Parts: sequence; structure tokens; C-alpha cells
Amino acid sequence: MAELFWLIPLIPGASALLLVLFGAKLSRRWVAWQACSAVFLSFLLSSAAFAHLVRLPPGAPGLTKTLFAWISSGPFTSPIAFAFDHLTAVMTLVVTGVGLLIHVYSTAYMAEDRSHARYFAHLNLFTFFMLVLVMASDLVLMFVGWEGVGLCSYLLIGFWFERPAAAKAGMKAFVVNRVGDAAFILGILFLLANVGGSSFSLINKAAGGGLLPSGLMTLVAILLFIGATGKSAQIPLYVWLPDAMEGPTPVSALIHAATMVTAGVYMVCRLSGLYAASGPASTVVAWIGAATALFAAAMALVQNDIKKVLAYSTISQIGYMFLGCGVGAYAAGMFHLVTHAFFKSLLFLAAGSVIHALAGEQDMRRMGGLRKHLPVTFPVFLVGALAISGVPFLSGFFSKDAILTGAFAGGQYALWGAGLLGAVLTAFYMFRLVYMTFYGKERTAMEPGHSIHESPRAMTIPLVILAAFSALAGYVGLPVFFGEKADLFGRYLASSVKSGSPHLAVPTEGLLVLLATASALLGIALAFVFYRRTPALPSRLASRFPGVYRLLVGKYYIDEVYDAVVVRPLVRGAEKVYERFDLKVIDGALNGSAAAAGLAGKGLNFLQSGLVRDYALAFLIGAITFLGFLLL
Amino acid sequence: MNAMITNVPLTSIVTFLPLAGALLLIFVRGESVRAVRAVALAVSLLTFALSLLLFFGFDGKSGLPEFVEHAPWLGRGLDYHVGVDGISLFLVLLAAFLTPLALLSSWRAVDDRVKEFSFFMLVLETGMIGVFVSLNLFLFYVLWEAMLIPMYFLIGIWGGRRRIYATMKFVLFTMFGSLLMLVGIFVLYSAYHRATGGFSLAISDLAGLGLSPALQTWLFLAFGLAFAVKVPLFPLHTWLPDAHVEAPAAGSVLLAAVLLKMGAYGFLRLGIPLFPQAAASFAPALSILAVIGIVYGGLMALVQKDMKSLVAYSSVSHMGLIMLAVFSLNFVATEGALDQMLSHGLSTGALFLCVGILYERTHTRLIKDYGGAAARMPVFAAIFLVVLLSSAGLPGLNGFVGEILCFFGIFTSNKVLAAFGVSTVILSAAYLLWLYRRVMHGPLRDPDGLLRDVDRRELACLVPIVVLIFLMGLFPGAILRKMDASVSRYLDSLRTKAPVSLTWKPAARKAIPARISGDAAGPAQLDGRLER
Amino acid sequence: MIPPPAAFFILAAVLFVLGVLAFFVKKDLLTQFMAVEVMLNAGNLAFLALAKSLGKAEGQVIVLFVITVAAAEAVIGLAIIVLIFRQRKTVQTDELKDLKG
Repeated sequence: MAELFWLIPLIPGASALLLVLFGAKLSRRWVAWQACSAVFLSFLLSSAAFAHLVRLPPGAPGLTKTLFAWISSGPFTSPIAFAFDHLTAVMTLVVTGVGLLIHVYSTAYMAEDRSHARYFAHLNLFTFFMLVLVMASDLVLMFVGWEGVGLCSYLLIGFWFERPAAAKAGMKAFVVNRVGDAAFILGILFLLANVGGSSFSLINKAAGGGLLPSGLMTLVAILLFIGATGKSAQIPLYVWLPDAMEGPTPVSALIHAATMVTAGVYMVCRLSGLYAASGPASTVVAWIGAATALFAAAMALVQNDIKKVLAYSTISQIGYMFLGCGVGAYAAGMFHLVTHAFFKSLLFLAAGSVIHALAGEQDMRRMGGLRKHLPVTFPVFLVGALAISGVPFLSGFFSKDAILTGAFAGGQYALWGAGLLGAVLTAFYMFRLVYMTFYGKERTAMEPGHSIHESPRAMTIPLVILAAFSALAGYVGLPVFFGEKADLFGRYLASSVKSGSPHLAVPTEGLLVLLATASALLGIALAFVFYRRTPALPSRLASRFPGVYRLLVGKYYIDEVYDAVVVRPLVRGAEKVYERFDLKVIDGALNGSAAAAGLAGKGLNFLQSGLVRDYALAFLIGAITFLGFLLL
Repeated sequence: MNAMITNVPLTSIVTFLPLAGALLLIFVRGESVRAVRAVALAVSLLTFALSLLLFFGFDGKSGLPEFVEHAPWLGRGLDYHVGVDGISLFLVLLAAFLTPLALLSSWRAVDDRVKEFSFFMLVLETGMIGVFVSLNLFLFYVLWEAMLIPMYFLIGIWGGRRRIYATMKFVLFTMFGSLLMLVGIFVLYSAYHRATGGFSLAISDLAGLGLSPALQTWLFLAFGLAFAVKVPLFPLHTWLPDAHVEAPAAGSVLLAAVLLKMGAYGFLRLGIPLFPQAAASFAPALSILAVIGIVYGGLMALVQKDMKSLVAYSSVSHMGLIMLAVFSLNFVATEGALDQMLSHGLSTGALFLCVGILYERTHTRLIKDYGGAAARMPVFAAIFLVVLLSSAGLPGLNGFVGEILCFFGIFTSNKVLAAFGVSTVILSAAYLLWLYRRVMHGPLRDPDGLLRDVDRRELACLVPIVVLIFLMGLFPGAILRKMDASVSRYLDSLRTKAPVSLTWKPAARKAIPARISGDAAGPAQLDGRLER
Repeated sequence: MIPPPAAFFILAAVLFVLGVLAFFVKKDLLTQFMAVEVMLNAGNLAFLALAKSLGKAEGQVIVLFVITVAAAEAVIGLAIIVLIFRQRKTVQTDELKDLKG
């Protein structure tokens, strides 16, 4: 079974193709079943391959399969080749596992939608491209998946394309991603030209063996990271992700929380040899990650749209992952990626359940008191919120702690401090969300006769499964004071990614854990004070610091700044150039010369009288002159 | 198979079958529109089928022209000499593939003077194929010029409101360039006579002349201007948007897909091999113009209000990338440029077909008159999107292969220019998706209920292209392998004839110690592994 | 008795000049057309005379060609003149100046 691992991406791909071609003719039931079972098959295959992998002796290479030589021209070669090693296995299981749950959830969430088949076709297509990205054995093929998931993201954000906002958000996502991708391509070109290939093993080997000049490595690592800031929504290219919430909620859960947006983190881990060998690039990664973590968390504090809060939270959490990678704790970054995939998709799906229950309402100011009405959604949401806040013994606690410990162990105290502050903010905005949505007075504006109801079974079962994982997934990577061997996850990944920084002494680590716990609880307590005990406090605070509040609500006006500094000058400038230069100068020169020729023609116009005899006379004179010349 | 068809003058048949069909059309009654269309379509389809024989029969190991036919014609070197090699083969196929689709697409769009229209389309096809198969400079020039005539009428008769202005501009621009080329041909002819005492205009003979650098410079300028107008290279591009906007959809398809390629082809076949030293010394200047074209075309496309002129400016941008690759003068770049020429032909051809389909329904090409069309035309929306993405170079579709090869080839010659070239990735996504958003997405704007989904005939036009878009994106090897030998032969001939360094920016790269691992090629030396 | 060749040449020249004069003096398209015919035949005569005096056959061949072409030309030319007359009700060349630039 394991040697068929290369079918993992192809099964959803084939299903997507069938749905694109014949989806409109198939019944809804069939479409849903086909889409889900394709992902389920992939999940089974991934599990089989994973089982095969863990049974291999340590140090043994993973599975590889070259399908065919794709592009090859002179020194440029790029095969279609898949690889399945420990790192891949993690991502594959997350993508197919969480993907399957979200597919199932979608069967109910999207049951009524007009374009049901198109939705599942795109969702399958996304799974295909994501798996290609994850399983590619070289950068060029990874780029195929990279662009492919970007395309699916575009299609699914703009799924309800009749809404101008959705269409605009989809396009923004794609174009902003393309900015990063341009840098990514340049990075690939540098590697191809200097390493002679783009397979990950080759690159890591070249980087680790000191075969590449360090300046070049830093340049390449930063170029690739710029690509990652686009895909993973980091500063400065994060602006598309909040808008991406225009898409259906399961899409936000799958693409914009669990899988696609973490592709950048995966890429950095995949190339951990390169990043570990380049100090400056790692520093950039760590600081961008930390800055994004704080910056986005601050914006999440004041959002009123339930999905937007989660979107900014996603940006912030991915910042944590990059922070981990930047300080050399790649395994910790991956660990957080996995736990985040569980609890963030849980939060999104649960938020979807809330939105579903309220018939499309997304504004938290019109929610409140929902815990009585949603007996399943509320507890699972609470589990997710606790997990992301880093409350002890839930998954987020362990993974966030691993990152912070890594930063501290690497001597990056400032980064560690930033992470800790971010943890307070995270707990605060998450519980602000919980209190505003599930507690307090009911502020819903439902029409009479439309009661708030819990979602159907197909939606709640995935929620419960995800909640279980969100609670328990942390136990695969316990901190060091549970024993040297407690960090199963880190040891498992050791063959695929660079190992992290040196271990800390047990007492130090204990102190760090306590501090992290305290900051999580502090955040929750603050949220309780602000939004449960004295609900007037937030508005008082807002009027006390109007500047700060407006800056946060305005999302630091980054969108406006980009618009004013990049987009508008470019479009206006191009318009001006088109009118002034293309039409006036170039065409003017042409039309001018044509006009000059015309004028010259006018001057000689009298010769063309239209009288045949005049022409004949000219002819005669010419003939006589010619004869004269001949004779004389 | 090969032995069977070598006795048949396949190249000539493929070239002149459309012309024969056009002559046949004269005897079909013009009133029976169906018969006229059927004959024209059948002839062009037959041509395409025969051109496939060329493709499958083409061996491509030697890099020399195959299916060569050589016969004296006007004497004194003005011979009839045709054949295909790895550089021209696919352009012939492209022309033969798109002409039937263009004819089919104008089934309803052209109902005035159908007979004349079909006649000119077929004549145009002969001209296009003929230019690509010519191995004699005289024949090349005759067909190059002859092609203008059908295009002139296609735009001038079946064009839009400002068609006369557009045709005049088109003809003046191109004539201006090609007249200088004619003078250049005279000079070459006499230079050959002076050097050898014989007469020849065979391209292979002329390439071995060893002209003086000064003469090369003048001749390169004369030929280069003709080709640069056709490409079109910035700032000679302004005829293109006008010609496209005014041309009927079928004309636009062939204009963008095939005629523009002739400029780049001219450089590859004549401009560079005949005058290698001059080409090498002009390469920097032309590369910079090409880069300006990439960015400029992209920005202009961003602000167009008319769908057709948007696509036209996107062609300026794409052709800029192709020219940049051509002037990088290395193996990967040249193959990339050739592949990109085909890809651009397909995707831009299809874009014009798509715009034509929309125009047929609403009779407006202004972007602002559309909105939310995807709701009424789901199948069309999907196809249009595939075509757009192919043009934007999405991996897995055809555009990516050529684009990445161009990038890599340009990069090995000059990193800075490559960085500018890569900007096309952003710009093309921006202007194409913005177009899609404004036309297909958003609230429906169709007050008169004109939008309906594509019918079978329109599907028959688009589906073959879409299939090829996928095939070329997934299995480019089938094409690249047939190019390899010809391209390396072309580069070898440059290297032996031009004492100057062809890579005009000396590569100061520290080579990485040999192969790092066995599973990939060694460090990519410039033009490394040319001999494969 | 056959006159000397010079006589034929002189005759041809006189005929030709007469044709030219007629072409310029007359304003009637039909007459002008006849003047052209006179010029043609003057040329024919010169060819024949030359062929005879040089003793070569080519001159006669050319004359045969010219006669054939002239016949075809007369057919088309006259047809055109008739068509012009039908449309314009005139064949006065002064009034036919549509080609004025």
C-alpha cells in the first residue's frame, strides 16, 4: 500500500476533474460522497505510508517516486517527483485528515448552495494542489502546488462571485500572493543556477556542506521567505487574508487556517538546512514572525466580525510558527502548525456553526448568550479557545511553549518577550470573542419564527473530533521535564528538519512554562473583566485613547497606505502614460509623419487633374525626353 | 512512415493547400454561405491534418531542416526552397491549428461577404505557413509581404469603426520596416556574389558569409526594424492595439497568435544567424527595450477600457519576455522563447476567441458594459478562466513552461533583467484577473438578456485549445525534444561565427565544485550541456 | 514595284504623329480610342518594315501578337466606353475627371 503513496494527491485530483467536467449532471448526494471519499482514500493511503515510514529503521530515506520528466531543457530539469518523508507525513496527514473533516462538514454547510458541485470540485482541487505542494520533492514542483493552492484560494474566496466584495477579495488574494511568488521564482532561479537542481535534498545538502557562498544563501532564503510572507500572510503581504473571509466558512477553515496559509512555514522547515545555514535570513524570519504575531493580535482585539477575529488570529499564530523556525526550533514550528490546524479549523468551523445558526450573521455585536442555544458548538468552541490561548494541558499550550522555549534557549530574549506578550493578547481576544458571542444578553436580530438551532450532525461530528484533537494533540510533544524522550514529535521529525536549540535546564524550563501559563490566564482574566464584568470598560477605554483605537479599528490603515502608495500611483500613472505617451508621443509621431506626407501630397495635387489628356501629355513629354536622351 | 512520405512534397502541400482551397472557393457560389464555409473549413482542417504528418514524421535528431524541397524558380539563386526544422515546425503547426478554429469562430460573427472572407483567411494561412517554411530569403520576403495583403483586407473590410485608420497604420508600420529589409536583401545578394562569384539567397549559404562588422550592423538594423515592428518591440507597438481592436475576432486571433511570432521568428532565423556579431552587440539595447516592453505593456494593459486592446497590450508584454529570452542567446532561453511563442499563440488566440464570443452577444467590447457574466455563462466562465490563467503562466498550464524556461535562460545571462522580467508574473495576474473580475464577477449586468452560454460550435473552437493548454503544460517534453537539436545547432553556429562573446554580460559566477550529488545536473554553466 | 523601306518608316511615323495629334485634339473618348488604334497600327507597320528589311521573322511574330492584343483591347475598351456612356450619358473626356486628387 505504502508504495502507492504517489496516488495520495492524484485521487482528489481525479475527483476534482470529474466534478469539474460532470459535476453539474450529478446528484448532490453523489457529489458530496465522491468528494469526501476521494479525500478519505487519500487519508487512508497517507496513514498507510505513515505506518510504513515509522517502521523504517532510523536514518533510512523516505519514499520517493518519479512519475516522469516534466520540463527539461539543457541544464534546466524538473521532474514530476514525489517524496514522502517524516515531515511530509505530518503535513499529508493534517491536510487529508483535517481536510476530510471539513469536507464532511461542508456537505451540510453547503447543502443548499446553488453551486454545490462547483464548491466540491474546487475543494477537491485544493486538496490535490496542497498535497502536490507538500509531497513535491523539488522546489519547482512545490511551486506548482504553491500556485495551485493560490488559484483554489482565489476560486473559493470568490465562490459567491456575485458579491463584489467576494470577487474583489479573491483577486486581491491572488495578486498579493503573486507579488510574493515573483520573489519565490527568483529564489528558485538562484538555486537552479547555483546548485544545479532544485530538489530539497540537494539544496539542503549544498547549504549544509558550505558549498554555497553565504551571501547567496541569505539572498535566496530571503527571496523564498518573501514568497512565504505572501502565502502565509505575514508582514508585509498579510493584507489579503482578512478579506479572504468573504469565502464560505469551511473554506476559511481549510485553506485560510489549517493548511494553505501554513505552506510558508512548511517550506521553511523543508529547507531548514538552507535557513539554518543562513543566520541573517533566520533572524529576518524570526523578527517578521514575532512582529506579525503582535501586530495581528493587536488588530484582532477590536474586530467585531467573528471571522475577522479568527483571521487576524491566524496571521498572528502563523507569526509564532515563523518565530519558532527563525530561532531554529523548526520542529516546534511544525508542532504549532499541527496543533494550530486542529484548533483553528475547529474555531472556524464552530464559528461557521454559529453563523449557520444565526442565518448568516457574522457581527458579534449582534450575538451574545448563544451558549444555551448551541449545546454542542459552545463547548467545542470553548475547547478551541482554551487551546489557542495556551491554557495548560491543551494542545496549544505545548506547542506555543515549545516555540517560546526555543526562542529563550536560543538566547533571543526579546523575541521570547514578544511571544509572551502575544500570548496575553491571544488569550484576551479569544475570550473577548467567547464572551461576546456565547455569554451576556441575547442581541440577535432574528426575524420572529426563525429560531436559533444547533447545526446538523454532519457539522457537529467533525467539530467534536476536532475538539478532541485540539485537546489532546499536544501530548505527542511534551516539554523536557516529562523526560528526555517525551518530545515524541521532535524526535520523530529529527531526520527531516534541523534539530532545534540546546535544551534548557529543567528548572528554567519550568519557570518559562509557568510564565506562559500566567500570561494566558492573565489574558483570559482581562477579557473577563472587560467583556463580562464591566462591559462599559472597552468603550471607556476607546474614548480614552481614541488615536490608538482608531488605528486598530482602521487596521493601521495598511490597506489604505498600499492603495495610496502602490496601487493607485501605478494605475493612475499608467493611465497618464497611456494618454500622454502612447497616444500622444508615439502615435503622435506616427500620425505627424503621415500628416506631413499628406501635406506634401496636397502640394503636388494640381498635377492630378483627372483629365486623361493631361496624363497623356505628361506621358508624351516623358517619352520625347527619353528618346531625346537616347538619340543625343 | 518516413520513407513513405519523403517522396511526397509534404511541406509544399501543407503550404499551398490553403491557397488551392482559396482558388477553389472562387468557383463556389457566394450565396451558398454554408457551402463556402464548409469548403474553407474542410480545406483548413485537411491542412492541419497534413501538418500533423510533418510533426510525427519530423525526426529532429540532426537539427537540420527536414522535408526539404529545393527547385530552381526564377534562377540566379532565387530558388524555391522550403523545409521545416525544430524552430519552424511548431509555428507551422500553430498556424495550421488555429486557422480552422478562427474560421469556425467567425461562423456567425461574419455574415457579410463570407466568400471573400474565407478566401482571404485561406490565403493568409498560406502566407503564414510559407514564411515559416521558407529556406530562401527571396521566397521568405515574397511571402512576408504577401501576407500583408489578406490581413489588410480582413481588417479593412470586416473590421470595426476605425478600421481604415487601423489598416493604414498596420500596413504603413510593417511596410516601412520591410522595405528596409528588401534593401538589405539586395545588399546580401551582391555581397554573396562578390564573395563567391555565384548567386544564392539560400539562408544557409548567406549565414556563412562572414560579413564585415560594419556591414553587419547596417544589415542587422535593416532586418531588425522589420522584425521589431512585427514583434512588436517597444516603442514600435502602437499599431498593435489599433489593429486588434478593429480587426474581426478571427483576424485578431491569427494576428496575435501567428503574425506576431514572425517577428521573433525573423530574429531567430535571419536577424541573429546572419549577423551574429551585430546581434551580439545590439543585444543589450534590444534587451532593455524588451524589458521596457514587458513592464510598459503590462501597465498599459492594466488601464485599458476595451477588452481587445487589453489583450493586445498583454501581447506587447508577453512578446517582450520572448524577445528578452531570444536575446539572452543561450540554450534554455531560446527553447523557452520558442515554447513561449507557442503558448502565447494558443492562449492569446483563445483570449481573442473568448472576447469575440462575448462581443457576438452584446456587441460591445468595453469592460464597463459587463459584469457577473459568470452567472449566465458558467461553462464559458470556466474556459475563459483557464485561458486567462494560461496566459498568466499558472503552473500546470502551458504558459508556465515557456515562462520558467525564459526566466531561467534570461537569468543565466543577466540577473537584473531577469528580475524585471519576473515582474510579468505580478502584472499579468493583475490585469488578467482584474479583467475577469470586472467582466465575469460581481452583480449581473445584462439588461437585455443577451448573455447565453457557449453553444456547441463555440465549444468546438475553444475545447481543442484548452486541451492543448493542458497537454503542453503537463507534457512539454514532446515539443522540447523536437526543438533540442535545431536550437543547439543554431547556437553552435553563432558561437563559431561570432568571435565576440555571445553572452554579453560575462558570467562571473563562482562555479560550485562539480556535482553536489548524482541525482541532478552539475552547476549550470552558461549554455551547459548544449551537446546532448 | 515595292517602295524602299524608308517609305514605310516615314508612313509609320506620319501615321503615329497623326494618332498622337488626334488623341490630343479630340475630346471624344471614342475618337481618342481610334487614335490609339492608329498609333498601334503605325507601330505594326514599323515592325513589319523592319522585319522585311532585316529579313527576320520576329517582327512579324510581334505584329501578330499586337493584333491579337489589340483585338482584345478593343473589345474591352469599347465595352468600357459603352458602360461609361450608359452611366454618364457622355463620353467627353473633359467631363470624366473623377480621378482628380
